[in-house]
Amino acid sequence: MQTFFIVAILALGFLITFQIAKASEYVAVLRGEEKAKKQTNKVNAFLLLLFLIFGLIGVYYCNERLKGRILGDPASDHGVLIDRMLYITIAVTFVVFVITQVALFWFSYKYQQSDDRKAYYYPHNNKLELIWTVIPAIVLTVLVGFGIFYWFKITGKPPRNAMQVEIVGSQFKWEFRYPGKDSILGKKYYKKITGDNPLGQIWEDPANHDDIYVSGDPMHLIVNRPVQLVIGAKDVIHDVGLAHFRMKMDAVPGTPTTMWFTPTKTTAQMIKETGKSDFVYEISCDQMCGSGHTRMRGEIIVESQEEFDVWMAQQTPKYFAVFPDKNPNKPKTDTTGAATPAATTATGQQ
Amino acid sequence: MSESIHIHPGSTAHDAVHDDHHHGHHEQSFISKYIFSQDHKTIGKQFLITGIIWAIIGGLFSVLFRLQLGYPDQSFPILETFFGHWAEGGTIKPEFYYALVTMHGTVLVFFVLTAGLSGTFANLLIPLQVGARDMASPFMNMLSYWFFFMASIVMIASLFIHTGPASGGWTVYPPLSALGQASEGSKLGMDLWIVAMALFVVSSLLGGLNYIATILNMRTKGMSMTRLPLTIWALFFTAVLGVLSFPVLFSGLLLLLFDRNLGTSFYLSDIVVGTDILPNEGGSAILFQHLFWFLGHPEVYIILLPAMGMVSEILSVNARKPIFGYMAMLGSLFAIAILAFLVWAHHMFVTGLNPFLGSVFVLLTLLIAVPSAIKVFNWLTTLWRGNIRLFPSTLFAIGFVSLFISGGLTGIFLGNSTIDIHLHDTMFVVAHFHIVMGVASMFGMFAGVYHWFPKMFGRYLNSTLGYIHFWVTMIGSYLIFWPMHYEGLAGMPRRYLDKSIWKSFNQFGDLDKMITVVSIIVFAVQLMFVFNFFYSIFKGRKVTTTNPWGANTLEWTTPINPGHGNWTGEIPEVHRWAYDYGKDGREFIPQTEPVGANESKH
Repeated sequence: MQTFFIVAILALGFLITFQIAKASEYVAVLRGEEKAKKQTNKVNAFLLLLFLIFGLIGVYYCNERLKGRILGDPASDHGVLIDRMLYITIAVTFVVFVITQVALFWFSYKYQQSDDRKAYYYPHNNKLELIWTVIPAIVLTVLVGFGIFYWFKITGKPPRNAMQVEIVGSQFKWEFRYPGKDSILGKKYYKKITGDNPLGQIWEDPANHDDIYVSGDPMHLIVNRPVQLVIGAKDVIHDVGLAHFRMKMDAVPGTPTTMWFTPTKTTAQMIKETGKSDFVYEISCDQMCGSGHTRMRGEIIVESQEEFDVWMAQQTPKYFAVFPDKNPNKPKTDTTGAATPAATTATGQQ
Repeated sequence: MSESIHIHPGSTAHDAVHDDHHHGHHEQSFISKYIFSQDHKTIGKQFLITGIIWAIIGGLFSVLFRLQLGYPDQSFPILETFFGHWAEGGTIKPEFYYALVTMHGTVLVFFVLTAGLSGTFANLLIPLQVGARDMASPFMNMLSYWFFFMASIVMIASLFIHTGPASGGWTVYPPLSALGQASEGSKLGMDLWIVAMALFVVSSLLGGLNYIATILNMRTKGMSMTRLPLTIWALFFTAVLGVLSFPVLFSGLLLLLFDRNLGTSFYLSDIVVGTDILPNEGGSAILFQHLFWFLGHPEVYIILLPAMGMVSEILSVNARKPIFGYMAMLGSLFAIAILAFLVWAHHMFVTGLNPFLGSVFVLLTLLIAVPSAIKVFNWLTTLWRGNIRLFPSTLFAIGFVSLFISGGLTGIFLGNSTIDIHLHDTMFVVAHFHIVMGVASMFGMFAGVYHWFPKMFGRYLNSTLGYIHFWVTMIGSYLIFWPMHYEGLAGMPRRYLDKSIWKSFNQFGDLDKMITVVSIIVFAVQLMFVFNFFYSIFKGRKVTTTNPWGANTLEWTTPINPGHGNWTGEIPEVHRWAYDYGKDGREFIPQTEPVGANESKH
């Protein structure tokens, strides 16, 4: 019923507008077309001026209202560079924006048709054109220079002490893997993926034996310790979006990608800074990946080395979940006897 | 090529149209006059009207998904009435939402702003402004429309199948678009999408080759390339871009079709969907993105250049001043056309692209800002010290420049890979390309429709409705897209239909509501324009003079309602460029007027 009323009101408003529009055409003819044209020209010129004034006020108002809702200070070293580049660009473009928009609307108002004025025949001026080719070129060179400088810093090689964490996207969840004590992520092959082995780790590779698999829980990172994410996807293209760290990288099936950054603020610190008790770093999927794209969410906890160590100590490698008898911390029975059937099952599931 | 298109400037109209059924008077059957017409003007109108129908569909889709974005918790029972299981209980299902988003993009980018915009105005203006009786091949031109029509039929059909239309975004990235098990829309709907787009590419090539041939070979006597109006130059570069880049899209889509149906692995590698392990190895999903954006980026300029050309023409005519820096405008069009081919990977900065390659694309991308800046400054100087008549067409042209500035400047953010890391695939991108490519080109198109409507139909559009149309659309466009940048700055990803589970992106609820309400109003006003359009075709005020705007170009030397062949007598000869406005104290000097002995030089 409500919809019906809305449609009815729209239709009515439409009809009235149309009748007025039609009538105004007749009135124009009656009053003399030239005169009516001059009148509308004046009105529209004035409206263009109003649009400029209220538009600029609107830009200011919009900024006042919304600037507090963008994400605040970046929480990574790269984020600082990206934000700096962003604000340099905002400053430069805002100046250009104001100058050109003011010129556009002011000229349109100022030089509205009038019987007293003759248009000025001004087909070209090479000097002027050269000036406004060179100046933008110089400004852009500066922006490109800054941009590429930061870009190479961000996409360059990670520091030696960077820890590696693997993150794998699939419809519609994130899974993580830590390299364990040997700091090496073991080899994997997608055809090995089973319910027991969600990432397709190759168990013959000893580097896999201490790898920690995490799913459903947040990723844990250490504050001020560089981290390199090794990014993969199982089914379609996803994207690891880390808005607070200002980082982003696609997860492409068949083509592993990486990105690195250093988180500079712990989750606890962010809770304090933002005043939000439920603050959490979120991983968003930024590449359209199917019907569940909107809810493909992961979390990251940034903590001190000590807290991280405590958490890590509670984790057991996936290898031991598949081959419980290889786990030195579990009570041993007959090692050789039990391992063989388990291994056969694992290979059998390929 | 048939003989009928071989036209000499000196031949009479009767000779020129010595088509079989054109003996004596121009008596044509209804079918050959209005349906399978080979008259470029009729074909232009066919493109325009089909484009308008598509625009209503595409626009309506955006209103539907804006309802979801603005009011994610509310149900609209009327949706279930119309869309059945796609909107069970009146709430839009995610599959339906993504289908709407995908179709909105596809329809607006290709069917409205490519076919509807350059199809309309290239057909209408090229022969009229270069001084030709028709296109180089009127028959191919007719085929171009009918291939577009078939593409439309296939695309429409895909809306009605059970699994729904393609829903992987208008960029249809595989593997999502290649795997039926990964998404409902990647089933039959995707095959239909590919077939429709293949037909569309055929249409675009048939049209484009014709436009190029006509502009290069069929200019009237005296119409040197540098005397062409900027509209024609813009349409020329548009056609060149299309001819060079659409085949690449076609090949990319063909490979996708193979991957989908023939078991090849061009784009597929190492894939496990659910528990289903696929055999494909060795393909590259990124390859598709390279092929797609090799078209996709020039496509942006295919959309934008005709609008730029028309705006240049309309601003000059209505400022009663020559376009400032004709050669610079021409040079910048050329520069944009070249650079359009060299920047495609800026859509791919975060795909794992080699950082060095990325930096090259940053440089080339930001280079485009230079010719764009030249164009803006030249438009501003064209207005400066003019005597501006603010018709609806002028207002839309001024609106175009304003939007082009706003959207162009945010391009400097996104083209810079460093900032793009944060802004990529966020609402900032949505705001950017809607302003600079979507709304701006729409404004160019509206400007063109208001300006050339008298030539198309011999009647005027109602200008009061035109003014309302402009002001609501102008204010609405900024209200919709300006604040959207802030959502992007907060990192809010695009294509999220419900932000409630997110802690980082749920702070814009009131803003999303405002945007939805405004977009409904703006959509309603577009319907009013459509009404004005069709009403005025039949009932609009009649044009009583051949040159109602006092313009210099050749189309205004034809009769008010030109027949097939355009000029009744000989095709006029051209003696000067198209922009002698306000010269030597005269308001305008048509191109056909010989240069006087005492005339000043420019």
